Amino acid sequence: MRYAFWPGCVSKAGTPELYPAATAVAEKIGMELIELEQASCTGAGVLGERNEELVDTLNARNFALAEQMGLDTLLTICSTCQGVMSGVNYKLREKPDYLAKINENLAEEGLEYKGTVRVTHMMWAVVEELGLDNLKDMVVRPLNGLKIAPFYGCYILRPRYVLGMNEEHAHRDQYLEYIIEALGGEPIDYEGKLRCCGFPIMTINEDNGLKMVSNHTLEAKELGAHALVTPCPLCHLNLDEFQPKAAKSAGKPINMPVLHLPQMIGTALGFSVRDMGLQRHIVSTEPFIELSGMPRK
Amino acid sequence: MDVTLKVKRYDPETDESAHFEEYQVDLPEYGAVLDGLLSIRDEQDGSLSMRCSCRSAICGSCAMKINGKSRLACKTMVSQLKELEGDVISVEPMGNQPVIKDLVVNMDMFWDKVNAVQPYLQPEGPVPDKEYLVSNDSMMELAVAMNCIMCGACVSDCTVLEVDKGFLGPAALAKAFRFAGDPRDGHKQGRLQLYTEPNGVWDCTRCFMCVSACPKDVAPMERIMDVRAMAMDAGLTNTRGARHVDAFASSVKHSGRLNELGLAMKTFGLFRAGIELAPMGIRRLLKRRLPPLMHKKIATAKNIGRLFDKLGV
Repeated sequence: MRYAFWPGCVSKAGTPELYPAATAVAEKIGMELIELEQASCTGAGVLGERNEELVDTLNARNFALAEQMGLDTLLTICSTCQGVMSGVNYKLREKPDYLAKINENLAEEGLEYKGTVRVTHMMWAVVEELGLDNLKDMVVRPLNGLKIAPFYGCYILRPRYVLGMNEEHAHRDQYLEYIIEALGGEPIDYEGKLRCCGFPIMTINEDNGLKMVSNHTLEAKELGAHALVTPCPLCHLNLDEFQPKAAKSAGKPINMPVLHLPQMIGTALGFSVRDMGLQRHIVSTEPFIELSGMPRK
Repeated sequence: MDVTLKVKRYDPETDESAHFEEYQVDLPEYGAVLDGLLSIRDEQDGSLSMRCSCRSAICGSCAMKINGKSRLACKTMVSQLKELEGDVISVEPMGNQPVIKDLVVNMDMFWDKVNAVQPYLQPEGPVPDKEYLVSNDSMMELAVAMNCIMCGACVSDCTVLEVDKGFLGPAALAKAFRFAGDPRDGHKQGRLQLYTEPNGVWDCTRCFMCVSACPKDVAPMERIMDVRAMAMDAGLTNTRGARHVDAFASSVKHSGRLNELGLAMKTFGLFRAGIELAPMGIRRLLKRRLPPLMHKKIATAKNIGRLFDKLGV
């Protein structure tokens, strides 16, 4: 499958281990990613608080760039970008008059969005396009004996109607479990998996954000999870980077490794610790690395 | 249609903690969860407590957690649940509020928060001789929020209230939008000041839980975002939330992408950012995980900047 690829800003800066891990895994599983070099930030939900039309215009511009390359599917590895893009795309396809207005904004740059792009996330594409059976066939180091707690993040779960989950893709809120099982691991079921990581309020009310981090990671830990896995780099930032601070606030150690989805897939497909950048996390991933038996280099 | 309902029961006079009990009921194809609960109460256990009244999704009495999600029992069709979510249906009281008995929660906190946003018009100036005239358009914008039936489903699922009971919460803040946006009100600026204080609109974590839970499509989170925008437009920009939005916008405007380091500096202020972020910077350095110190522009950043200018941001 060929995809227009939008990695999101965070995969190259805040969580710089994600981009190389995701692109290596994509190549291995036969996803051809053609990066949208001139795409802009999607607004991440923040910019829309200032000006919704601006966010719709910026995302339509990204879609138009994908169309210009002759590609009909835009794949991202960021849940938040996916959520914003899906929301804008839903709106533009529902309201042709509004799309025409947005296209007027794009005209100066000679761009036009025709409304043909489909947005997907690597997590969706693995299940819906690669297929779990094909993924299973590629596993060389099954995650046997590893208990993994899925953590989805809000933008890939809600609202269901913009994410196609009221129609043909009703089970998109179980894909992490499907993937964990296909790789030979055991998914943990816990309350926190469909909740918020707290990242959006870290600059505003850090206490609340930290409580969310400790609640979810400690719940997973009590249920015996060896690691958490997430398709969202912003959730990763909060659950990993802020975990030491959250542990301090909660008054107990947590030490819960947090994996990006491509890192978990890559582990089972034979990649090394260094390939997947697992040594670069804030919370040590050593317990996971040892149990998985993956090579260092 | 045979249905298994797993209902959370709690009687403060006899139970130490809540527990589930299973009931089998026979319902018509069009039966709602509320029909099942009423049938249990009428035919199996008259002590089952719940709130309900209109059976038409208007009164807002019967919000409860059904299969873990907050919904109106009268509007939730059993046949649909069985098809999409499995044969056994669990029913629990709403979250984030203390349970009085079985499915009944104490909603004092809910009403206190709604009252805290001053949910009544405060017109200024002389009272007109006849009725106040307002344009259809301006009322259309408010109509979404006016659909609220105060059922509490949004509050029940709010992820911020789970960690902080001080947050005003989605129902009260959607109500806040309804009054801040009303052209007949004379205290818009004061209202926006009130709503942007700690525990107000900026404390929402944008998790969409309330949008999913609301049975009347009020989308409380979207209304909270509307109030944030109104507040910034009204010049209330000296909050961390507003500074964050401005710094975010400025980064994308000038480079096309998000500059995370710059964003933190501008949101916290240089001095505090230095203190707060230094330990993280060191941890990152040790892990070879520093974000690029020089933020790169995309080649077409000028075009992005022009779009911002065109739309007045």
